Amino acid sequence: MSNNIYLPYLVTIEKITEEAPGVKTFRLKFNNEEEGLNFQFKTGQFAEYSVFGEGESTFCIASPHTRNGYVECTFRQSGRVTTALANLEEGDVIGFRGPYGNTFPIDRWKGKNLVFIAGGIALPPMRSVIWSCLDNRPDHNEITIFYGAKTVSDLVYKHELEEWKNRPDVNLYLTVDPGGQTAEWKGEVGFVPSVVEKAAPDSVNTIAIVCGPPIMIKNTFPVLKKLGFTDDNIFTTLENRMKCGFGKCGRCNVGKTYVCKDGPVFTAAQLAKLPNEY
Amino acid sequence: MGGRKMGNLNEIAAHLLQNDDVQLIIGYGEGSAGRVRPLFVSNKKATEKLLFDSRCTQNLASYLYKKEITCLGKPAIVANIRTLRGIIRLAAEHQLEDETIIALAVSTGDDVKELRRLEDMEQYLSEADLQLKKEDKALLDKLNAMTIADRWAFWQQEMAHCIKCYACRQACPLCYCTQCTVEINQPQWIPVASSKLGNMEWHIMRSMHLAGRCIECGQCGEACPANIPIHLLPIRLAEEIRELYGSVTGISKRESCEMSSFQPDDKEKFIT
Amino acid sequence: MKNPFKLLRKALYTQWIEKLLSTQQVYGPVQQGKRVNYRRIASPAELTDDFIIPENSVKSFVFPRIEKLFSFTGNKEGVSIEDKNLEAIPYKVILGVRPCDAYGILNLGAIFGWNPADPIFSKRLERTTFIGSACNKTDDYCFCSSIGGGPGNTQGSDIFLTKMETGDYIAEIITPKGETLIASDLELFEEATGLEKEKYLAVLPRRFDDSHMEEKINVVFDTPIFDEYALRCLGCSACAYVCPVCGCFDIQDETRGGKGQRIRCWDSCGSKLFTLHTSGHNPRNTQGVRWRQRLMHKFSYMPERLGVRGCVGCGRCSRHCPVDMNISEQLSLISEC
Repeated sequence: MSNNIYLPYLVTIEKITEEAPGVKTFRLKFNNEEEGLNFQFKTGQFAEYSVFGEGESTFCIASPHTRNGYVECTFRQSGRVTTALANLEEGDVIGFRGPYGNTFPIDRWKGKNLVFIAGGIALPPMRSVIWSCLDNRPDHNEITIFYGAKTVSDLVYKHELEEWKNRPDVNLYLTVDPGGQTAEWKGEVGFVPSVVEKAAPDSVNTIAIVCGPPIMIKNTFPVLKKLGFTDDNIFTTLENRMKCGFGKCGRCNVGKTYVCKDGPVFTAAQLAKLPNEY
Repeated sequence: MGGRKMGNLNEIAAHLLQNDDVQLIIGYGEGSAGRVRPLFVSNKKATEKLLFDSRCTQNLASYLYKKEITCLGKPAIVANIRTLRGIIRLAAEHQLEDETIIALAVSTGDDVKELRRLEDMEQYLSEADLQLKKEDKALLDKLNAMTIADRWAFWQQEMAHCIKCYACRQACPLCYCTQCTVEINQPQWIPVASSKLGNMEWHIMRSMHLAGRCIECGQCGEACPANIPIHLLPIRLAEEIRELYGSVTGISKRESCEMSSFQPDDKEKFIT
Repeated sequence: MKNPFKLLRKALYTQWIEKLLSTQQVYGPVQQGKRVNYRRIASPAELTDDFIIPENSVKSFVFPRIEKLFSFTGNKEGVSIEDKNLEAIPYKVILGVRPCDAYGILNLGAIFGWNPADPIFSKRLERTTFIGSACNKTDDYCFCSSIGGGPGNTQGSDIFLTKMETGDYIAEIITPKGETLIASDLELFEEATGLEKEKYLAVLPRRFDDSHMEEKINVVFDTPIFDEYALRCLGCSACAYVCPVCGCFDIQDETRGGKGQRIRCWDSCGSKLFTLHTSGHNPRNTQGVRWRQRLMHKFSYMPERLGVRGCVGCGRCSRHCPVDMNISEQLSLISEC
């Protein structure tokens, strides 16, 4: 076995799901069965996905750690690598290097209420932790999910949203930005922070997990604080440009904190101490 | 040599700031180890630090569009011939509007001329002369006399020292593109890493993009940390353009770019 | 106590290099036109010792401009990967290594050694022997003595040589790797007493007090000190590429036909593209912030996370900067805060 830390696993695209315009989910299976069986990760971690000849790109692992034998990733086609990924078909082989980074401390969330708040393409990291918690549903108390996107078609994981909606043990609030609704839309219309404020989830014995574009995070934190959440009980993930994934290439650090090694999962309390370089 | 201060320059600069004619003076100040360095002065007191002497060869025009500088207000810029030509060319390429900067034209003497309009700068330049440095002239003559194979070998050897730091691009007043070709990765025209082939591709691309635009200030070569005479590439192309089209760049705000303009009477038959 | 100094006579030094040349690749400072660079030599006569510091640092021996990480073949039928063969990395001896450069290798090693350790870097380091060479002159940019190094600093060298006025050398064998290198040539190195290394070293007064640098640089983080200093910075990558400790890199794929390789190549925090997100958002959006990152990385983040500084005072960044960004001057300003 090579000790080359840059060497990716070869994985095959087993299934492609079109989530939203420009957004796809890949289910990836390890070409080497043994590697697949030995592969372990924890929810919140990320990986480097590569198209050989185009390069590597960083995204979270979007599947839960409670399900073995495959990993999933969801990405929006935007740069060189994601464009190359988007052009691939089921059965094609890509590189997968990881897992890297820290994890959501879900073992410490036993017996607690969980409030998930996500916007747009930031649902994937959240989806991993949501399923990880739902797969051990008795471990947790109430589970509430707020999810919003620009328009109805931009909502990702539409089938799973449907599934969560129909589960009696999940409270799901879906919203789209004003103007993004369709005639059939039955969810909320409005920005995520205001929907959260209106629903006012109880902060007692509750953990909030927030993932979304910077503007959404910026506007959601004050709402949560107003509702009584402390900074230690609010979790989020940071995304900075990365190349290596293990603290050497030098670009993801926010002050002395390396998103790849110390993150990507941070509490609002940790975030408040970081310089504004993310 | 030596930091000879010029009362004239310092006084004019102080006056301009005091009157709020400009909010910033871009000039030269004393640097380390006997060098001079670009100096940015926003208050009257600090204008004392401005100097101009034979060491002040850097073309400062590249600072005129850097966002870190433009946010400091309207500038006056201490301008040697190279800088002035840079300003005029930037204006010709519509990167700079008339009366948005004041040039403090300084040649070798104590005589500082405050030029507020591009026309004044053109007039000043029409009486000035930009000479190639002696050693550049000598090397260029030597290169011109070489066989193509020898010349290729010379440049290949030189390019082996290139570390692709892009100091040449960053220092060039005409490399203002918000996205350089080397930064485009779909497709990846030029490899990111510094390799023999990639280095050569970069310098050929850079020189070609400057053909008909280069003002022959030599700033790219001066900036090169590997001491590669890369300025001779665009300068040689400028000579070529002069011979082919009879045009000189960096002297008139109305001049065009020979490589990207078409005229019905162009002599190249393949076009029509 | 065992005398650390041995005597290597001028003629035997040449003889020793010739022996080294017969077993491995030998590099050293070579003058070519205006440039002095560490280059591969075929004869000791090519070496020069009349220079302050070579243009390139020795970092490229352990962290080359381009490092192949592995190669791959890919097409519609499938993809296969060929791992890098670390055993193909050659053994090298580098002569005339400036003390700052050798020290830099130690600090660079901290970056690549941070868990998980980089096996490619480790292998290159393992197979490269650095023969340090004391400095007998300095220039206005040298400031090793201000940050814990010095013209006779042996840290990072495997063997350290100090040239005396006779042309003979005082030799110090620093590491087991150094001992191994001379194991079969021990007779060339005479036991000697009364050798005074200090008197052959350049005198380089401290330019600033570095004793509280880590605290002070954190204190000035939010002040305009970096923005003000970096106004003239052009945002090129020269400083990072000539630096013996700058280890930041990019990862790229290079292909021809269906074959290609994934490479690691130098990158620089001074470039605006370094941290630019695909969305257009850039966490380090101005040159002042990027210059601050450079300084903070070297004098705050690396000391705190890795226990070493990212600067050895070689002064190359300042010597080569097109606009005279002078790191020791900036550090002096910080030390006076």
